[in-house]
Amino acid sequence: MGFKSLFSSKKMLALSAAFLLFGTNVLMAQDAATGAAADAAKPNVWLGAAYYVLLFVIVCFVVGIVGKILRVYDLTQQIQNKKAINWDNVMGALCLIFLIVGGYGAYWSLTVQGSMILPVSASEHGVKIDEMFWTTTVLTLIVFVITQILLFTFLFRYRYNAKRRAHFLPHDNTIEKVWTIAPAIVLTILVIFGFFTWQKITNSTDAKGEHSLNIDITGHQFAWELRYPGADDKLGKTNYKLVSGVNKVGVDFKDKSAYDDLQVDTMYLPVGKTVRLNIHAQDVIHSVYMPHFRVQLNAVPGLPTYFKFKPTMTTAAMRREVGDPAFEYLVYCNKICGGAHYNMKKVVRVVEETEYQAWLAQQKPYLTDQIKKDLKYAVVKPAETQNRLALNN
Amino acid sequence: MSTLAVQDHGAVHHGEDHGHHHHDTFLTKYIFSQDHKMIAKQFLVTGITMAFIAMILSILFRIQLAYPDKAFPLMETLLGRFAPGGRLDSNFYLALVTIHGTIMVFFVLTAGLSGTFSNLLIPLQLGARDMASPFMNMLSYWFFFAASVVMLSSFLVQKGPASGGWTIYPPLSALPKAMPGSGMGMTLWLISMVLFIASSLMGAINYVSTVLNMRTKGMDLWKMPLTIWAFFLTAILGILAFPVLVAGVVLLIFDRSFGTSFYLSEIVIGGSSVQPFEGGSPILFQHLFWFLGHPEVYIVIMPAMGISSEVMSVNSRKPIFGYHAMVYSLIGITVLSFIVWGHHMFVTGMNPFLGGVFMITTLIIAVPSAVKTFNWLATLWRGNIRFTAAMLFAIGMVSFFISGGLTGIFLGNAALDINLHDTYFVVAHFHLVMGSAAIFGMLAGVYHWFPKMYGRVMNEKLGYLHFWLTFIGAYLVFFPMHFMGLGGVPRRYYAFTEFVEWNKWLSVNVFITWAAIMAAVAQVAFAVNFIYSIFWGKRATQNPWQANTLEWTAPVEHVHGNWYGEIPTVYRWPYDYSKPGAEEDYIPQTVPLSQTMSSNVQHDFEDNPAGLDAYAKFTAAKKSSEEVK
Ligand code: HEM
Ligand SMILES: [Cu+2]
Ligand SMILES: [Cu+2]
Repeated sequence: MGFKSLFSSKKMLALSAAFLLFGTNVLMAQDAATGAAADAAKPNVWLGAAYYVLLFVIVCFVVGIVGKILRVYDLTQQIQNKKAINWDNVMGALCLIFLIVGGYGAYWSLTVQGSMILPVSASEHGVKIDEMFWTTTVLTLIVFVITQILLFTFLFRYRYNAKRRAHFLPHDNTIEKVWTIAPAIVLTILVIFGFFTWQKITNSTDAKGEHSLNIDITGHQFAWELRYPGADDKLGKTNYKLVSGVNKVGVDFKDKSAYDDLQVDTMYLPVGKTVRLNIHAQDVIHSVYMPHFRVQLNAVPGLPTYFKFKPTMTTAAMRREVGDPAFEYLVYCNKICGGAHYNMKKVVRVVEETEYQAWLAQQKPYLTDQIKKDLKYAVVKPAETQNRLALNN
Repeated sequence: MSTLAVQDHGAVHHGEDHGHHHHDTFLTKYIFSQDHKMIAKQFLVTGITMAFIAMILSILFRIQLAYPDKAFPLMETLLGRFAPGGRLDSNFYLALVTIHGTIMVFFVLTAGLSGTFSNLLIPLQLGARDMASPFMNMLSYWFFFAASVVMLSSFLVQKGPASGGWTIYPPLSALPKAMPGSGMGMTLWLISMVLFIASSLMGAINYVSTVLNMRTKGMDLWKMPLTIWAFFLTAILGILAFPVLVAGVVLLIFDRSFGTSFYLSEIVIGGSSVQPFEGGSPILFQHLFWFLGHPEVYIVIMPAMGISSEVMSVNSRKPIFGYHAMVYSLIGITVLSFIVWGHHMFVTGMNPFLGGVFMITTLIIAVPSAVKTFNWLATLWRGNIRFTAAMLFAIGMVSFFISGGLTGIFLGNAALDINLHDTYFVVAHFHLVMGSAAIFGMLAGVYHWFPKMYGRVMNEKLGYLHFWLTFIGAYLVFFPMHFMGLGGVPRRYYAFTEFVEWNKWLSVNVFITWAAIMAAVAQVAFAVNFIYSIFWGKRATQNPWQANTLEWTAPVEHVHGNWYGEIPTVYRWPYDYSKPGAEEDYIPQTVPLSQTMSSNVQHDFEDNPAGLDAYAKFTAAKKSSEEVK
């Protein structure tokens, strides 16, 4: 009986091999055909799918047959008064195998994919974040390894045995206290560490003598707009009601400090200088995400926010670091914002101060001729009183 | 305690014909049933169906992520305008992600899980004839069913289903012009959600009142199985948290349809169209959403924890280790889960000081989670572990909970979250700790209580196959995602082709997709097993797993009122497995202590002075007789 189904399973295997070859051939032929005659008759879209379905059916068949064989084997063993398959042993062993293979897999993943993660932080606060990240990683990995090893070795070690009885152990207050307090202590340390780092990162006042460069970044579907302060080092006010095709972020030119604001295309940052990104959104929530600088903050309509950080590595330095001469820092959008959310980038270039100044000198003022025309003579005669009158009309 | 009307009519002559109080027609028996066991099955089947649908959606978007440049003509045939030229539309991609998340979190892991097992087990494990309010229970299912239909129907509207992510943050979800899915699709999403919450509340109120009022004689709170504790606390969480989501959703409906500005302010669409909204705050919605949303993740995991605890205790033939600690940690999680919601909002621009506070509360909640994990491990230690399919899934649940819980410690740290928020690291975290762990808890429950639901057992070997493929598959899918997150790859991106620096992740994406396909295919083993076993499975004995809890004292065939004759009385806690001195390695809850003199311990008489006296006498007598010998 057993042999019979074994035989038929072999036949099935041969058949499935034939199917595999045949199917691949057909698929290949189809690919070639479509490649050759692009606009020829539409290829049958179901063919590929049918092939996979067929494969699947075959797999099911094989599984079913293996199941049958196991059953028959089990029964014959029983009839001959031999031991049937002990599934508890099989599963216990599988648990052990899973532990070993899975452990190796995790190690592989940690080393191979783990080496593809972000390079060193390119900002000052990011270094602290990274330190904390590695501390947390080490601690959690230790717990991960120990608990998973315990879990799967227990499963193997204490797999069912009809002759044995489990150890009746309803509770043990001492050990329970230990493993409540131990994680509590570890977490307290992490919290304190994290709390102060967080406070420091989000602390808003400029340190003494420090002056940060104010940059406005505004998100809208699906792009970022940048505005730099001009010679006066101040950004003019904005008002969302003034937003238009020409005045993209709605700068309010009643505010004189807006006259020299610059509209820029690439976010140039001088290395080693504190930057304050003022973050706005016009339509939906976006998120300014600059992973290389460990910077992220949402851009929320109606709720201007800001993030202060100090870039410490120039783009050139980072290119050397990652060994990629084409590397660019980027701003991504990291809050779902619509169909083109996946493509909302802005290049960031961190450069030396001199290069920064040279670049800055070439930037165009925000106040374009078109806007001037729209505002009529207000700007032509910038005397303050007249200006106000004009705009109030 | 058990004085409600339902109880009474069952107690008298619940013999062969119960036609004397009502006639079961097909309609009342299978469709508009008020019997908790049938309602449980309805929830289960609907939940599983929804799970398969959501799973297929996920395979669709995984294919897109693995082959962003490839056209699949079949997709156009199947999806029509949503996949022009055989390539998914980017808006439809977001719709898939959104509906996948919504269905999995709410329809499968909330209604499918709690709805099935609370309904099945609360009356059966507590010794009640039915739920406190069977009619409301029935309504609860039908509201859920209606919610499911409405949610799925959004695939039929012109512009497609809601696509703002399962968290539907406004303004994106509030402005129909912001994306196609925010039109009719979003309206349907909101309607569906309101129905869903109504269902959820009716269910939860029922569970709480049944647990509090309808326990059989002797079943005090500290004799309840951990499953019941978990369902009970889950229901309380639901009752307190879901109404807040209703508030959030209703205000969103107002903003969308009646021109209010609760969440909207200073909005310009398309670079020039100034909108009239003023003074609202998008952040307000996030507070309301996550005030539900965080408890919601525990609503999802706590039943899975309860089920796993029970299944692991039964199958390691050992009492659950630290029963009291398990209950207190559930209570701790319940309470704490209301004060951590801000950890989803660290980088929204919320006051940083608040972020600091939420970081502290968040890391506190990790402590009870850790305690539970250690207690599970201690339960296995020196057990006599039977590998039933249910047991394997319960173990898988523990493994996933550890792996996913640990990454919560990264995310709960506000400083680290700056760079991790909304990346694949978060996706990995919650799919392990919630997606995988809770699904495994649910599957453990299905395999374990299938005999109780259908009177037959599922095929164990197919269960093994299902377990290993799914377990390995889930790890293969979600483990690599951590590194993508650490590589700064954002979630909810339709394609990564716009960024050359991400080409290196393409092979990882292909790998994940194929692992996901394998895991999805493995579910066929489950579906086949489930359907086959309902009709042709091996017939179950009354107590197939030699378990202690009350449901296994009820007859295999379903009777209205659960037990013939009187409801059994409970004398002991549910975890007397392998008690030294006992004959069998289990002592059901219905066995009085007076019948198990040889195995009693001092501890059994904590609040029972008379019993303690008798016990002292017994041990004294035993001692003296031993001395005589
Ligand atoms: C060990 C304790 C846990 C901690 C400290 C923790 C922490 C966090 C944090 C801070 C986030 C927000 C990450 C972000 O968006 O940047 C998060 C996300 C999430 N967590 Fe956990 N978590 C824990 C356990 C759980 C459990 C048990 C579940 C569910 C069963 C869960 C489900 C989720 C979900 C669904 C999200 C993502 C929501 C979304 O943005 O779509 N977490 N977790
Ligand atoms: Cu965006
Ligand atoms: Cu949370």
